[in-house]
Amino acid sequence: MDLCFLSINITSFVADPLSHEFMRKALLMSSLVAAVCGFLSSYLTLKGWALMGDAVSHSVMPGVVVAYALGLPFSLGAFIFGVGSVALIGFVKQKSRVKEDTVIGLVFTGFFALGIVLVSKIKSNIDLHSILFGSPLGISLSDVKQTVFISLLVVILLSVFRKDLILYCFDPRHAKTVGINVLFLHYLLLTCLSLAAVVGLQSVGIVLVVAMLITPGATAYLLTDKFDNMTIISVISAIISSVFGIYFSFWFDLETGGSIVLVQTFIFLFAFLFAPRYGIFKFKKLFSSY
Amino acid sequence: MDELNYKSYRIEAENICVDYHGKVALYDANLRLKAGQICGLVGMNGAGKTTFFNALTGFVNISKGKIRINGESLRIAQQDQSIAYVPQSEGIDSQFPVSVWDVVMMGRYGSMNILRSPRESDIQAVKDAIERVDLMELSSTPIGNLSGGQRKRTFLARAIAQRASILLLDEPFAGVDIRTEKLISELFIQFKNEGKTILLSTHDMIHVREFCDLVLLINKTVVAYGETSEVFTPENITSTFGGMSPDVLFGPES
Repeated sequence: MDLCFLSINITSFVADPLSHEFMRKALLMSSLVAAVCGFLSSYLTLKGWALMGDAVSHSVMPGVVVAYALGLPFSLGAFIFGVGSVALIGFVKQKSRVKEDTVIGLVFTGFFALGIVLVSKIKSNIDLHSILFGSPLGISLSDVKQTVFISLLVVILLSVFRKDLILYCFDPRHAKTVGINVLFLHYLLLTCLSLAAVVGLQSVGIVLVVAMLITPGATAYLLTDKFDNMTIISVISAIISSVFGIYFSFWFDLETGGSIVLVQTFIFLFAFLFAPRYGIFKFKKLFSSY
Repeated sequence: MDELNYKSYRIEAENICVDYHGKVALYDANLRLKAGQICGLVGMNGAGKTTFFNALTGFVNISKGKIRINGESLRIAQQDQSIAYVPQSEGIDSQFPVSVWDVVMMGRYGSMNILRSPRESDIQAVKDAIERVDLMELSSTPIGNLSGGQRKRTFLARAIAQRASILLLDEPFAGVDIRTEKLISELFIQFKNEGKTILLSTHDMIHVREFCDLVLLINKTVVAYGETSEVFTPENITSTFGGMSPDVLFGPES
C-alpha cells in the first residue's frame, strides 16, 4: 500500500508540472541552455577560466539593459559588452602593473554596477530581478528563438573547432608552433563564453550563470580522464540539474535559478565525495582491494 | 644537399630582442644552426632560455632582429611543420584528460584538415612515434597516470610524429628516470643521423659535453657561442652564471 501511495505521488510529482505550458517551455529551454553551458564548461574548467566566466557573465548586464532600451535583441548587447569587458581586461593588464585577477574583478564589477545604475535610470519594462536571478518560467517567444539560435551556433562552433580548442586549452604553444591560429581560438572560446553566458542568464540569472559554466565541467573532471566523456558527463549533469531544479522550484516554491544551481552543487559534492578515482572516498580502491 | 645549399642554415636568429611589457628578457641574441647539429642552450634561471624558445616557435613576438627557419619566415616554418617544441614538464597541465595517443596525434594537427580528422598516414605516424619512445602499451593511458619520464617521452613522440626538421627541447632531462634518459640520448643520435637540428636547454653540464656539438651560453644575451670543446670553458661558464665558479655547478672534475 505504501509503495502504491508513493508511486502515485511520484507520478504526480513528474506529471503535474507538465500540464502547464510555461513549465514545459521552461523545462525544454533550461535543458537546452544547460546542455550548451555544460558543453562549454569542460573547456572552461580545463582552461582555468572560471574567473573569466564570472567576469564576462557579470559584464553583459549593461549590454542587456541598453539592448532592451533600444529594442535590439538583448543577446547582441550582451555579446558586445561580454567581449568588450575581456578586451578591456587585457588592455588594463598590459598597460598597468596591477595583477590580472585584480583587473578582472575591477572591470566586471564596474560593468555590473553600470548595468544596475542603467536599469534604475532607463525607464523601461526591464525587470531587474529577472535579469539578476533568471526567469525560466517567464520566457517569451522571441527569447525562445534567440536562445535556440545562439545555442545551435555555440554547439556548432564548439564541435567544428573541438580538437583545436582542446589543444588550445592544453598546450597553446604547440598549437602556435604548428601554425594553428591561437589568437583566433582564444577569441572563439571567448565568443562562445559570452554567448553561453547570454543564454544562461535567462535560466539562472547573471549572478549565478557562472555556476552553469563551471560546475558541470568540474563535476565531470572528477569522474573521468577522457575529454569526450568529460563533455558528455558535463552536459548530462547540467541537464539533470536544470530539470530537477525546476521541479523542486515548482513543488517547493523556490527561486528557480537558485534551485537549479543548488542541484548542480549537490551533484558536484556527490562526485567530490564518491568519485571512483578522484573522490574523497576512493571507492575504486576500496573495491579493488577485495 | 645541393637543394639545401641556398638555405644551408636551419635556424638563423639575428640580433633578436624580446621584451615583456617593457622588461627586456633577451637582447641581441644570435644563433645559426645547420642540419644535423645539436646545440645546448645553457644559462641561469631567468637568463632567457625559455624566451629564446618562445621566440623561435613564434609564441612571443620579437621586438627587434630577424629569424629565418630553413631560409624562410617563421610563419612559413610553422605552416611547414618545421619546428617541434618539447615543453618543460612544469609547462604542462599533467592532469589534463588526454591520453598518450591524443597528445601524439596533436603533432599531426598542423597538417590535417580543419576538423583534424586523422588519415591513415597520420595514424601510422602516431603509431611509429609512440613505438620509437617505447610507449605502445601505454598509448591509451591518460597522461595524468604516467611517470614524469613517460610523460616526457610522450611529448618527444609528438615531436617525432610531427616530422619536424628542428627540435626545440626545454630541459629534456629534468626529472626523468634513467631508462628515459638513455632512450632520449639514443634518440638524439638517431635524430642527428636523420639530419634533424636540435636545440636543447639543460642544467646538466655533463649532458652538454656528451651530445652537444655546439653550445650557446646566455645571460639575457649571448655570452659565448661555438663548438663545445672551444666555448664550454670554465671562464665562459663562470661569466654565464654571474661569477659563480663552475666547480659549484658541476663538480671539481673540470
